[in-house]
Amino acid sequence: MRHLRAAAAVTLAIAVAAGVTGCGGGTSSSGGGSNESPKTLTYWASNQGPSIEADKKILAPELKKFEEETGIKVKLEVVPWADLLNRILAATTSGQGPDVLNIGNTWSASLQATGALLPWDEKNFESIGGRDRFVDSAVASAGKEGEPPAAVPLYSLAYALYYNKAMFAEAGITEPPATWDQLVADGKKLSKDGKWGLGAEGANLSNNIHQVFVLGKQHAADFFDESGKATFTSDGAVAAVKQYVDLMAEDKVIAPGNAEYAQNQSLTDFAKGRTAMVLWQAAASTFAAQGMKPEDWGVAPVPVRSGTPGTGTHTNSMVAGINMAVFKNTKNIDGAKKFVKFMTSDAEQKLLNKTYGSIPPVKAAQADAAFAAPDLKVLRDTLSTSAAPLPQVPNESQFETAVGTAVKELWAEAAAGKPITTETVKARLDKAQQTMQQ
Amino acid sequence: MPSPARSPMAAPQSFLWTRRVVLTLLAGFVLLPVYVMISSSLKPLQDVSGKFQWVPTRLTVQPYFDIWETVPLAEYFVNSLIVAGSATVLSVVIAVFSAYAVSRYSFRGKRVFTVTVLSTQMFPGILFLLPLFLIFVNIGNSTGLALYGSRGGLILTYLTFSLPFSIWMLIGYFDSIPKDLDEAAMVDGCGPIRALFRVVVPAAVPGIVAVSVYAFMTAWGEVLFASVMTNDATRTLAVGLQGYATQNDVYWNQVMAASLVVSVPVVAGFLLLQRYLVAGLTAGAVK
Amino acid sequence: MTAVTTDPRAAESDRERSTGTGGARRRLPRIPDRIRRGGLPYLLLLPAVLLELLIHLIPMIIGIVMSFRQLTQFYINNWGGAPWTGLDNYSIAVDFNAPIGEALLHSFLVTCVFTFFAVGLSWLFGVAAAIMLQENFRGRGFLRAVFLVPYALPVYAAVITWAFMFQRDNGLVNHVLHDQLGLTDQPSFWLIGDNSIYALIIVSVWKGWPFAFLMLMAALQNIPRELYEAASIDGAGIWQQIRRITLPSLRPVNQVLVLVLFLWTFNDFNTPYVLFGKSAPENADLISIHIYQSSFVTWNFGSGSAMSVLLLLFLLVVTAVYLFLTSRGRRGADA
Repeated sequence: MRHLRAAAAVTLAIAVAAGVTGCGGGTSSSGGGSNESPKTLTYWASNQGPSIEADKKILAPELKKFEEETGIKVKLEVVPWADLLNRILAATTSGQGPDVLNIGNTWSASLQATGALLPWDEKNFESIGGRDRFVDSAVASAGKEGEPPAAVPLYSLAYALYYNKAMFAEAGITEPPATWDQLVADGKKLSKDGKWGLGAEGANLSNNIHQVFVLGKQHAADFFDESGKATFTSDGAVAAVKQYVDLMAEDKVIAPGNAEYAQNQSLTDFAKGRTAMVLWQAAASTFAAQGMKPEDWGVAPVPVRSGTPGTGTHTNSMVAGINMAVFKNTKNIDGAKKFVKFMTSDAEQKLLNKTYGSIPPVKAAQADAAFAAPDLKVLRDTLSTSAAPLPQVPNESQFETAVGTAVKELWAEAAAGKPITTETVKARLDKAQQTMQQ
Repeated sequence: MPSPARSPMAAPQSFLWTRRVVLTLLAGFVLLPVYVMISSSLKPLQDVSGKFQWVPTRLTVQPYFDIWETVPLAEYFVNSLIVAGSATVLSVVIAVFSAYAVSRYSFRGKRVFTVTVLSTQMFPGILFLLPLFLIFVNIGNSTGLALYGSRGGLILTYLTFSLPFSIWMLIGYFDSIPKDLDEAAMVDGCGPIRALFRVVVPAAVPGIVAVSVYAFMTAWGEVLFASVMTNDATRTLAVGLQGYATQNDVYWNQVMAASLVVSVPVVAGFLLLQRYLVAGLTAGAVK
Repeated sequence: MTAVTTDPRAAESDRERSTGTGGARRRLPRIPDRIRRGGLPYLLLLPAVLLELLIHLIPMIIGIVMSFRQLTQFYINNWGGAPWTGLDNYSIAVDFNAPIGEALLHSFLVTCVFTFFAVGLSWLFGVAAAIMLQENFRGRGFLRAVFLVPYALPVYAAVITWAFMFQRDNGLVNHVLHDQLGLTDQPSFWLIGDNSIYALIIVSVWKGWPFAFLMLMAALQNIPRELYEAASIDGAGIWQQIRRITLPSLRPVNQVLVLVLFLWTFNDFNTPYVLFGKSAPENADLISIHIYQSSFVTWNFGSGSAMSVLLLLFLLVVTAVYLFLTSRGRRGADA
């Protein structure tokens, strides 16, 4: 009798659960969005400034401007990076999310695969002034090749080599290195008396991925083939990862302690004069916060094997940045597009990118004198001539986790003094590749 | 509360020395991070991120002013207080009812209930985070009751988190209160509910305080569910503190300062409730 | 050992007080006799049952349903449409020869080792502190307050502070071990590599032992004083009293305490997540983080759910065995 009752209770619970799941996410199947509530929009911004509060202060007057122009009130929420992806996942799953949102551009293809975001086909691009207004590499970072992008580029960034002028002068180095051989040679000169040539964020998965992706390009290797299948163990990929980790293991120009860095300690080290070089995207404001004066450091393009950055094997940066997306099931589709148009307008692009220290992905805004300052010019040129987007595959975040972790473990081994050989690198990457589910 | 002296004889030296050593080591272990928090919160950022120093070379109280500017700390604090406070009160009331039923009545399904309640402690939170969010959204869509992103949803969630252990503890606690007491009250003409409130609850105050502290701390520290189920306006401290670590910078000194500031009221509350706590926490488990 | 120090007289006086305000109480609705006789216990349980259903049980059932589906980024937006995969998610998870299963097994074993030491040490510290604080002496109240501080600090704040202390080049731990005591040739890594599990255990014990301390300290209050007096007349010294009276008296508390510590520690997500971030070092790859990675980070909720269900089954079995073993011999007296 008791069992019967329990069974009945379980059955009831399953029925309820089935009812709930049945309509789970059902909101999205209706597709194209509507204009039911044309007077309001919800916007999730990512944290671009020095703090969430600062972001709110920066964006508030712009949203006000937008409201005056269109009569649409934008409800802003600045979502911390720690929460953003989980919030987006929950929103995607349940159909309960904002109208417009910022996404890290490396998530574009994954989110595109969910089908929850508005595709930016010709028609939609037309409504914000056309695809041609944007830098090609930035648009390429907004979704799978050959499909309408899932988002529109908003802020762009690229990697550059930051170097400490005083330390260079002291070591008798006159020019920043343009090739990896030069970087290693310079690094060896600089690495002495407790100081080191280069900094790295060994436990930061994304950063590991960014670096080995670019080095992979330079070895003519991609981590995915045309059909989107993982090819982590190609000779070029193995060589790229080994070259990166060898900077610590073999060349000894990176301090072993960097293997555990994941909270931008490499920037702190640089600002304190403990390391002479660091590869980073727009680090100026962080250096200032750490008490380093702008005249103390210089910027140069990230080295390439040939010495001249370009496309293909001369690639020296990934396309970093933030894209702006619209949820398909928005109740204010026209308003959402208007808002994207506003945020990507020349005037807003200049103003916001200037404030955040990033580069506008909008060509006309890029021409502004503000982005011709020495450090930003390097980023801008890299972006337009020698940057490539990370693989635009739906399982990009799996790639980041698998390969990023493999590199992290290799750093740990290098730091512990264990030998890093082609075989050990290949074994790690092989394991990473096998965890990739199709 | 009388503390039972173990022995009328003086404790031997071996015991006294063991006691000194053990307690000193434990106090050191506990206080070390607290010292680091305090000293780091009084350093400028450049010094915090440098080599560790026992004694700060430069002292500043600036972080204690900056914390309010970097994130809306006061708002988060109020949110946490509302969420944890409400969850605690509701959880305790509901646990009292359930524990009373289990302790004083025999009915069919009693064992199923207690076992099921215990088994909920075995679910990994990850397993039901997304389903729970879905349920809240669906309830919202069909009834207009906004549970996602609201404090209400979080309160419901947290109160349920602390419910199982609270019920278990209170069952044991109520069992240890002689049944004659509430039976006498019922003879006096009270219904069972009034007997509960007039006799059992007053006698169980220590246990109830203990359960309240547990329920409060459960809600106060939870990170995973809060990170997905709150928004700007309802974010709690547990997740809000992460706002001191941004993409490019970690404001170590401010994290520490903010943690200390928000912990002071909690620790103070603890100290006030301590006398009840000590008697209360285990009586339930003793059964 | 089922008695509690409840003073009946205190309860009596409370009763008198509440009788004084009895007017207010009368507003409680009278419950019809019919319900009162059979239905009242169910009525009392109703709120708890409803909440458990809503927050724990139904989501869990949905989670189980998810584990039989291929719930990847292609389907999360409309997951009624996600294909059923039967036991695929499970067979991948338990195929210990392939990397995914191997990693899960490794993570499971790491978690077992971690839980064993974290729970064991938390319990040991709790017992030691509770016994040492049993007798009154100067500074007792202060120490009791100090020992509760870790319980009151927000998890994030506590763990981030430990992470700060465990930094290799700038942290306090290496500053003491390497710079000041010279115990190591090279500063060691704590947050990556082989030592990471020690770091994790230390942080977990620091956070977890005050709870054990509280429970045990309270249990000690309930040991009748006469037991000690009798033992002392028999000539038992203090160490013997601890062994023969104190420790056996703690058994029933220990039963529940160790069980909940075990369950909470095994499932703990916050500590490793704040300490290591999204990707824990191999040696400290706890199962909760592993499952998080296999669902949220890699967008494969079906596979993550399957792993969760396996974990749930394991914990159910362990708990059942544990309760069976520890309750034998007590059951008779209890029923």
